[in-house]
Amino acid sequence: MAAASRTPSRWGEIALLCAICLFCVFPFYWMVTTSLKTQVVALQSPPAWLFTPTLQNYIDVLVEDRMGFALMNSMIVSVSTTALAVCLGCPAAYALARFEFRGKTDLWFWFITNRFVSPVVLAFPVFMIARETGLRDTHIALILMYLTFTLPIVIWICTDQFRSIPYDLDEAAQLEGASQWRIFRSICLPLAMPGVAVSAILSFIFAWNELLFAYILAPKAAKTAPAMAVTFMEGYSVPYGKIMATSTLIVIPVLIFALLASKHLVRGLTMGAVK
Amino acid sequence: MSTRVNRRTLLAFLGPSVFALLAVGVVPLAYAVWKSFYYFNLTKLSRSEFIGLDNYATVLTSGAFWGAMGRTAMLFITAVPIQIAIGLCIALVLHRPGLTLFKTLTRLALVLPMATTYAVVGLLAQVMMNQKYGVFNQMFGWIGIDPINIIGDPTNAFIGVVFWDIWQWTPFVALVLLAGLTTVPPEIEEAARLETKSNWIVLRHVQLPFLIPSLVAVLILRTADTLKLFDMPFTMTRGGPGNATEFIAVLIERIGNRQFDIGLAAAHAIIMLAITVVLARIYISLFYKDVR
Repeated sequence: MAAASRTPSRWGEIALLCAICLFCVFPFYWMVTTSLKTQVVALQSPPAWLFTPTLQNYIDVLVEDRMGFALMNSMIVSVSTTALAVCLGCPAAYALARFEFRGKTDLWFWFITNRFVSPVVLAFPVFMIARETGLRDTHIALILMYLTFTLPIVIWICTDQFRSIPYDLDEAAQLEGASQWRIFRSICLPLAMPGVAVSAILSFIFAWNELLFAYILAPKAAKTAPAMAVTFMEGYSVPYGKIMATSTLIVIPVLIFALLASKHLVRGLTMGAVK
Repeated sequence: MSTRVNRRTLLAFLGPSVFALLAVGVVPLAYAVWKSFYYFNLTKLSRSEFIGLDNYATVLTSGAFWGAMGRTAMLFITAVPIQIAIGLCIALVLHRPGLTLFKTLTRLALVLPMATTYAVVGLLAQVMMNQKYGVFNQMFGWIGIDPINIIGDPTNAFIGVVFWDIWQWTPFVALVLLAGLTTVPPEIEEAARLETKSNWIVLRHVQLPFLIPSLVAVLILRTADTLKLFDMPFTMTRGGPGNATEFIAVLIERIGNRQFDIGLAAAHAIIMLAITVVLARIYISLFYKDVR
């Protein structure tokens, strides 16, 4: 522990920080380098650290294994559910921040409780309902089910954002005779845009990463990228390079978004209990 | 500081999202409660019948359920203390003044594991922990340890899951605790540092009281997320070998998706939900006191 040394050397601290970074980043390094190996190189024992890189795995997974198709499905589902969550969630967040009504805290707690519910609790009932309504294996089924976690995230973060907007603005607009909807749409929503953007990024990350609903509800036509990745492990000869190329393709979008929203990821994961 | 509005306005603002969340979050639960009273297996639909509380009795007396719960608890007990210990060290280092650039980079690096697609973590485990071609065994070789069958051995596979859980969630714990450390008023910390040179005393008597809320948040959220844990062990081992890494969510998936016993899976799900709601209630009562 850093507490042990009384006159800590800067170099020790730098070395520690480098070790932390290395621990976090090494699996990604290994993932990307393995994705650039041919199957022959990937099956060297012990593993090779120096080799001639090739992009063949990427071409293979995108063309032959329909990974492009799965990535497109993931993109359609994640973007749609995020857009839907923002459209539904912003007005609700505004109401929670500004209006006075009975049952407000209960409603608020219900939204937060959704953070704790395991997808496996909902997956099979939804599977049955989707079977009966013909929604099985459609984008719509996934887009709707992902609302169970994207909507609470949007509502929570946006409520916080609306609360930070001075109430005087509302009052001034009310005196001018503006309707609540007008105040929300023209005054508060534009000011709340940073919070809306953060909540949209977090929604996208969580939707993109989701596996269980996708695996159970969308076996073929609407199969998403993580569900596709799982099926690679089935079968006898395991194509390491292709698996890691697939993983790289899946992970890149979320990592970019995570870095963009790095200051807010923890806030989103704790539903704001930790700022 | 809030506006009284008429019913129609309220409904216009709140109605759509409440309706949506009822439809996707509550209707399926009602369906699950209903089916949990039936013998309902997709491969034996003709034998479906009302069996009352039998499914619940089966869950609570089955070795599979308690075994999975035990493994889930074991994962929590082994992984979370390590996450807290390492996370606290990282938070304390990042909290020290100076080296701003290095620390900003470290904080960015910390964000990566917890954003990584959980299923991909399982794939990484498969590739990096392979007995013959994996880099882990290569590294073991450097320090003179013979190759270990990690994925194929029950105990080692469990340790493997613990390792990746630590990799993925230690950064989260570190950042939550770091946020906790910043709640210590600087003047109090400075005054304490004038009194003593020992970092340990400062941590124990000055910083720790401010860290308690963060630690409680970590414990509750890690409990909920360990109960949810599915993607990583599923892609890594499918719950095996045997049932060594069959955690509660993986078990429910197996009952529903591979044994097709929807009624029994529903009973499991309802019991899980009850645990979840209790956890959420505790979390809410501790952390949202100031919500008006």
